[in-house]
Amino acid sequence: MALKRTPLYAAHRRAGAKMVEFAGWEMPVHYRGVIEEHLAVRGIAGLFDVSHMGEIEVRGAGALDFCQRLTANDVARLKPFQAQYSFLLNGLGGVVDDVIIYRVKAEAYFICVNASNIDKDFAWLSSQAGADVEVENQSAMYAQMALQGPAAESILQPLLAQPLAAIKSFQFVFADVAAIRCMVARTGYTGELGFELYCHSDAALGLWDALMTAGESHGLVAVGLGARDTLRLEKAYPLYGHELDDSTTPLEAGLEWVLKLDKPAFSGRDRLLQQRQQGVTRKLVGIEALEAGIPRGGYSVFKDGVKIGAITSGTKSPSLGKAIALAYVASAEAWIDNRLDVEIRGRQIPVKIVSLPFYRR
Amino acid sequence: MEFPEGLKYSKEHEWVLVEGTSATIGITEYAQEELGDIVFVELPEVGEKIVKDDPFGAVESVKAVSDIYAPVSGAVVETNEILPDNPETINDDPYGDGWMVRVELSDIDDLKDLMDADEYAEYVAQQKEDDDEEDDDEDEDDIEEDDDDKVK
Repeated sequence: MALKRTPLYAAHRRAGAKMVEFAGWEMPVHYRGVIEEHLAVRGIAGLFDVSHMGEIEVRGAGALDFCQRLTANDVARLKPFQAQYSFLLNGLGGVVDDVIIYRVKAEAYFICVNASNIDKDFAWLSSQAGADVEVENQSAMYAQMALQGPAAESILQPLLAQPLAAIKSFQFVFADVAAIRCMVARTGYTGELGFELYCHSDAALGLWDALMTAGESHGLVAVGLGARDTLRLEKAYPLYGHELDDSTTPLEAGLEWVLKLDKPAFSGRDRLLQQRQQGVTRKLVGIEALEAGIPRGGYSVFKDGVKIGAITSGTKSPSLGKAIALAYVASAEAWIDNRLDVEIRGRQIPVKIVSLPFYRR
Repeated sequence: MEFPEGLKYSKEHEWVLVEGTSATIGITEYAQEELGDIVFVELPEVGEKIVKDDPFGAVESVKAVSDIYAPVSGAVVETNEILPDNPETINDDPYGDGWMVRVELSDIDDLKDLMDADEYAEYVAQQKEDDDEEDDDEDEDDIEEDDDDKVK
């Protein structure tokens, strides 16, 4: 089956991007190079095509109740035009997906989901929906771009009337950006200041070109999925399919802060309360290599010759110049400075557990 | 893209510079371009024997690990000492400063299976054709103008 392409495919080819497959989509992994793009985002700004991600709308009289039941954070505390990071959990407290949910109106919530989980999430939400709620998969309607970096606000401000400084973290507005109707949210996955913009798929190329033109004199660059991964990993943000999956709970991933466990019944709640009481058997930790070598996802982690866990994601950090990784290890071993070993292609490389995030401005 | 004349090339995108019974080995410009930024290189030890068609080391990009396959068999007499601290040299100068190992050939006949510059250039052109989609048609697809581009 042919790979799917976002509305920005032509722009990526024009820019000379190296294209790869990701979650059934043909996406740019880099344009000039992962390291250069990563450093550009931290130093100036970068523009990402994230149109492959999905959008699901929940609307109706029962929308608030439904979202409260199906997500793990507290939807009731969202003010109009406010969003929050959250999880869709299954009955065992495992993560179906990590999402951002936006309160558009009292009876309309907009959920941004991972590209790899669009069908799964839509099926899950639809199966749980009652008569007072409508769930619609709107993924094909929207394109999404992320403008991230210290210069993001300076680059974007001239293109719209609303003052960006008035949009606080996790707030959003509807605005005409370069005369294109957009939802502009102060959210991001890089650890830098920035915005994520949603527009209709048909308007995507126009918006991309307007942003790249506006950013040219600042040094704005297009950034691919390669740098998107190194940026988020330096901040220890989880990536679904690596740190999170159907069999992993937010407690194991160190994301208890996202949960509102004293909410009335929500999917996964009882199992999480139980797990919190009993304690988790494994924990997500940050790892730094002490000798040359890069721990990669799937590699085994050892303590005194005994396997105690596995790496979920790893890379050579462009900002830090060292090999960093995230791993699940037995809870008893999950303490800072613990010396462990990671098996890299038959060799045991010494590593240590470090505090997170790896990178701070 | 460069295909230096004096070198021989393998299907796995390594190049070999033969001088008498000695062979210097690296990866080609095409290979480093496909890999992207190289952040780590794993090389054999001096004295180790490498076997034609078997992996003898690895090159890591930011995202992934790639094995390097021996284009010839022989004993390693030297490895490029700047690569551990400066792996990006392979990206910058794959045929020069980015050389990886030098071996003493154990069987000069191994060279017969390698391609010369013209054959390799053709091989790479074929690889690129296989990678490209039929995207020339894409640009002609009409994208309907939508006046009503309200986002809720």
